[in-house]
Amino acid sequence: MKRVYVNEEWCLGCRLCEYWCVFSASGEKHFPFAFDGGAKPPAGIRVESAGGINFAVNCRHCDDPLCMKSCISGALSRDDHGAIRIDKAKCVGCHTCIAMCPYGCIVSGGESMPIKKCQLCASRDYTPQCVSHCPAGAIVFEEE
Amino acid sequence: MKYIIIGNGVSSVGAIEAIRKNDKTGSITVFTDEKFPCYGRPLISYYLEGKTSTDKMSYRGGNFYKDNNVTLKLGAAITKIDPTSKTVTAGGKEYAYGKLLVATGSSPFVPPTPGYDRVKNKFTFIRLSDALAIEKHVGADKRALIIGAGLTGLKCAEGLYGRVGKITVVDMADRVLPAVTDSDASGIVRAHLESKGMEFFLSDSVAEYEENAAVLKSGRRIEFDILITSVGVRPNVSLVADAGGAVEIPTETGRPIRGIVVDETQLTTLPDVYAAGDCTLSYDVTVGCARMLALQPNAYLQGETAGNAMSGGVTFRRDYLPVNAGGFLGLHMITAGSYVGDAITANADGAFRRFFVKDDRLTGFILIGGYDRAGILTDMIRKRTPVSNVDFEEMIKQPALGALGMDYVRAVLGK
Ligand SMILES: Cc1cc2nc3c(=O)[nH]c(=O)nc-3n(C[C@H](O)[C@H](O)[C@H](O)COP(=O)(O)OP(=O)(O)OC[C@H]3O[C@@H](n4cnc5c(N)ncnc54)[C@H](O)[C@@H]3O)c2cc1C
Ligand code: SF4
Ligand code: SF4
Repeated sequence: MKRVYVNEEWCLGCRLCEYWCVFSASGEKHFPFAFDGGAKPPAGIRVESAGGINFAVNCRHCDDPLCMKSCISGALSRDDHGAIRIDKAKCVGCHTCIAMCPYGCIVSGGESMPIKKCQLCASRDYTPQCVSHCPAGAIVFEEE
Repeated sequence: MKYIIIGNGVSSVGAIEAIRKNDKTGSITVFTDEKFPCYGRPLISYYLEGKTSTDKMSYRGGNFYKDNNVTLKLGAAITKIDPTSKTVTAGGKEYAYGKLLVATGSSPFVPPTPGYDRVKNKFTFIRLSDALAIEKHVGADKRALIIGAGLTGLKCAEGLYGRVGKITVVDMADRVLPAVTDSDASGIVRAHLESKGMEFFLSDSVAEYEENAAVLKSGRRIEFDILITSVGVRPNVSLVADAGGAVEIPTETGRPIRGIVVDETQLTTLPDVYAAGDCTLSYDVTVGCARMLALQPNAYLQGETAGNAMSGGVTFRRDYLPVNAGGFLGLHMITAGSYVGDAITANADGAFRRFFVKDDRLTGFILIGGYDRAGILTDMIRKRTPVSNVDFEEMIKQPALGALGMDYVRAVLGK
C-alpha cells in the first residue's frame, strides 16, 4: 500500500504539515475555520527534533497494527485502502491504543472524546494533505 | 477443516479473523453461553456511565459473523470436550471438530462469606448482562457497596458515579489498584476518588452480610442497596481440565498458578485443542515467567496466534506484558510492565511519571495525568531495548522516536 515516508534531510521543522493535518481532519472548507474552536496540532502527524535533525512522524498503517488489535471497543479498523481508521462514535477514549502504538502516533482527543490519528486523508480522496503542502518535499506518499 | 471455538470474546474474534485469512472455506462454529455477539467487555462500565450504548458496544459490527461465514450459537454452553472422539457437547448434542479453540475467558471470584445468600441485590461485574441488571437498581437515593478496589471494582465505581447517591469501596489490600500501582500512585487515585465523594475502607473485609448491610472485620457496619463483588477473576479451565489437559504450573512458593497451559502457538497439552485469552497462562516478559494476564490486548493477540496455527498460517512471535490504560472520573493513567528495579521519578506539569529500570532495561512505568506517546515506552519494554542505547533523559521527559536514535527513525519512517 501507499504510505507516507520521510526524507529527514529536507525537513525544515516548520510544522506546516501538522496544521494541514488538523485542517484536513476538520472537514472545514477554509483553513482558518479549522482552528476557530481552539484546535491545536498535533493530530495525525507531528514533527520531532533530535540533535538538530527534524522529521515528521506519521502513522505507519502497520501490517501488524497493535492499536487496532488492542482497542477495547473495536473502534479501530482497516479500510479498503489499507488505512487504519478510527470510528469516532465507538471510541470511548480509554487510550489503550496510545499505550500500544510503538511509534506514538495516536493523540488524545481530550476527556471522553475520541482519539485522533492519521486517517490517510480518506475524506480528501486519500491525498495526504501533509505531503501535498510540505514546502520542502520532506514527506512523500509512495508505494513501498 | 472444521473449526469450533468455545467463547466469543475478543480472543475468539482474533482467531476468526486469522483463520479466515488462511482458510476461506472451512466451517467455523462459535458457541457462547452469552446472549450477545462479541462486545467490548471493558465497555460495561462505560455503558453504566452513559458513555456508550449497546448498539455501539458491538466489537465488530452487525455483519461480522455472516461476512466471515461463521455459525454463531448464542446461549449455548459447551459442557464437555472429548479429545479422543474430537467432539464437544452442547445441550446434550455432540459436535465434531478438526481443530478446537478454547476461549472461555474468566469468571468472577466471590469469596464465601456468611450471609451472602441473604443479600437481595447482589451482582458481579463482568458481563453486559451484569451491567443491564445493575442498571435496574440505580437511583439517586441508592447506596452501592463495591467489594474490590482493583481495576474492575474502580471501573464499576466510575460507572455508577452519578447514577447512585453513595459509593463505598472495601478491599483487603491496604491500597487501591494494588496490581498496577505503587503506593504513591495508588494514593493519587484514591485521593482523587475521595474528592469525588467515594468512601474507601481498606485493609478490611466483610465478616458477614445482612440483607442490606455488611459488617466488616473491623466491626464497621455499612448499609447498601446494591452489592457488587469484584475482587478478581479465575480462569475458566474446567472443560480442558476434565478432558485431561494441563491447567496449572508449579511455582517456587509451592502454590501452583492456574490457567490453561499453552505453547507459543497457543496449543494446549491436548492434540488439536488450542486455548487463548483470559483462560490461559501467558509468559510475561517483564517478570520472566508465566502468569494470568487477563487483559484484552493479550486476548486478541493470542486468539490471532491460535487462529493462524489452527489454519496453517504464519504465527508472529509475541511478547506479552501487562498494559493498562484508562481513567477514573477524569484522572487518566497508563501503566505497563512490572515495578522491579530502580524507580526513577520524573513528575512534570502536574503529571505523575515513574519508571522502573533493572539490568539496563525498562521493566515498567506508571503515568498518571500525562502520557503522550506512551506506546514508545511500552515498545521499549517489549523489545527489551537497552536503556544505555537510548537518550533516556529525553525519553522519560517526553517519549519520542528521536530518543531511540536516527538509525531507528530511518528504519521506521524512511523508505
Ligand atoms: C469491567 C471490566 C473492565 C475491563 N477493562 C479492561 C481494560 O480496560 N483493558 C483491558 O485490557 N482489559 C480489560 N478487561 C479485561 C478484558 O475484558 C478481558 O481480558 C477480555 O475480555 C478477555 O477476552 P477473552 O476472549 O479471553 O474472554 P471473554 O471476553 O471473557 O470471553 C469468553 C466468553 O466465553 C464464554 N464461555 C465461557 N465458558 C463457556 C462455555 N463452557 N460454553 C460457551 N461459552 C462459554 C463466556 O460467556 C464469554 O462470553 C476488563 C474486564 C472487565 C470485566
Ligand atoms: S497508530 Fe501506531 S500501531 Fe496503529 S497503525 Fe498507526 S503506527 Fe501502527
Ligand atoms: S481510545 Fe478509542 S480507539 Fe483507542 S483503544 Fe480506547 S476505544 Fe479504542
